[in-house]
Amino acid sequence: MAKPRLALYWAASCGGCEIAVLDVQEKILDIANAFDIVFWPVAMDFKYDDVRRMDDKSIDICLFNGAIRNSENNEIAELLRKKSKVLVAFGSCSMEGGIPGLANLTTKDDILKFVYKDSPSTVSTNGGTYPQTHTKMPEGEIEIPEMWDTVKSLDQVVDVEYYIPGCPPQPEQIWNVVSYILSGQPLPPSGAILGAGEKSCCDECTRTKSEKKLKQFYRPFEIQAKPDECLLEQGIVCMGPATRDGCGALCPKAGMPCRGCYGPPPNVSDQGAKMISALSSVIDAHEADEIDRILNQIADPIGTFYRFSLAHSLLRRVDKHETH
Amino acid sequence: MAFEPKIVGFLCNWCSYTGADLAGVSRIKSAPNMRIIRTMCSGRVDPAFILKAFQLGADGVVVMGCHLGDCHYQEGNYKTIRRIPFLKKLIEQFGIDPRRLRLEWVSASEGDRFAEVVNEFTQEMRTLGPLKLPVHELMGKNGERAKHAVHE
Repeated sequence: MAKPRLALYWAASCGGCEIAVLDVQEKILDIANAFDIVFWPVAMDFKYDDVRRMDDKSIDICLFNGAIRNSENNEIAELLRKKSKVLVAFGSCSMEGGIPGLANLTTKDDILKFVYKDSPSTVSTNGGTYPQTHTKMPEGEIEIPEMWDTVKSLDQVVDVEYYIPGCPPQPEQIWNVVSYILSGQPLPPSGAILGAGEKSCCDECTRTKSEKKLKQFYRPFEIQAKPDECLLEQGIVCMGPATRDGCGALCPKAGMPCRGCYGPPPNVSDQGAKMISALSSVIDAHEADEIDRILNQIADPIGTFYRFSLAHSLLRRVDKHETH
Repeated sequence: MAFEPKIVGFLCNWCSYTGADLAGVSRIKSAPNMRIIRTMCSGRVDPAFILKAFQLGADGVVVMGCHLGDCHYQEGNYKTIRRIPFLKKLIEQFGIDPRRLRLEWVSASEGDRFAEVVNEFTQEMRTLGPLKLPVHELMGKNGERAKHAVHE
């Protein structure tokens, strides 16, 4: 029997997901043996045209990481959708926009203006030189992809079979998924989240948890956290209660609050809303003024609660019209 | 035609919904703009319900519950007094005027107060005008696959 055909692609991403795949270490040889890798731009030499020449649905499984940020990401997402039997949104960016999704806090114009004109490290001449999608050169016209105003997740542009969360997905979880597929067992129903748990990050966290009553919040640099106690109980905003488990609670175990990269837990549609719910339950105040004082200590709720999920949240992006 | 705001009202079963009933049987007139959703407690109103209302085109959202100390579940409304100001900060960051979200206490005997809140809030939303969010356009586009529900 022919080996199953595997493709990996990166759209708007940092490359961390690719490293996570390599972090399965010597098992990468098993992956290379078990699959026929037909497309993997970061590691092997393929061209988009190689993919265009493939038959439709000829890729058995495609692990797609990165958000949809420009016309090229979108074009390749549509192409790989057409060529793949199973398309997997791999990692936070692909699943819910991830860090690139934070661009939805502002606009394309503001980003370009800062980067190419206002940034202190940019020397701008003639009011700034902006990238153009089409440029005439002596050899002919060249074209670059067009950046989008709103960053999207993969499932907002094409149908997706599975999701593997994480920034990046943990190597042992990647291996769990790959070895499950190789075992030949029936695949889970479409829409399933693979390589993660069914509870919250707190469930995996080994810190001692007691009753939470908070009157004061700290940012991580403002306090020396006790090594064994729940970080949230110590006043550090930890996304654990509103985040899916599966990573092994790596960050809280190392003394840093959970940032929420595994996305919302089961049956939660909006991670930020759930975090507001969780924090509102543990703030120890009954008077409006006192509540306001405590809430004001939480810097940047949107950037903290939606650090990875803004593009896939209920409201998806900030509106720059009504209050600006 | 003049702009008429769409308002979603989450009313607690024990006080405010009964208050709305009282306004009805007392024949107190109030603006017809509010779509009422009965919840068992104002503390049952998940912040996601409110964001979802805005996502689906509400121009304003009111949450009504029992006065502090009167909660049928002892302290459900104390969760609400922390949630709503918190959510106001969040929606302001999203670019929504925080006046579009309001928390009011209406007891079962305050039919007149219910009508007053509805009229006042409706008037305020008329002044603020329609709420246009980018998500409305993003979800309406052809080919957009908004699997907004849970990833399951």
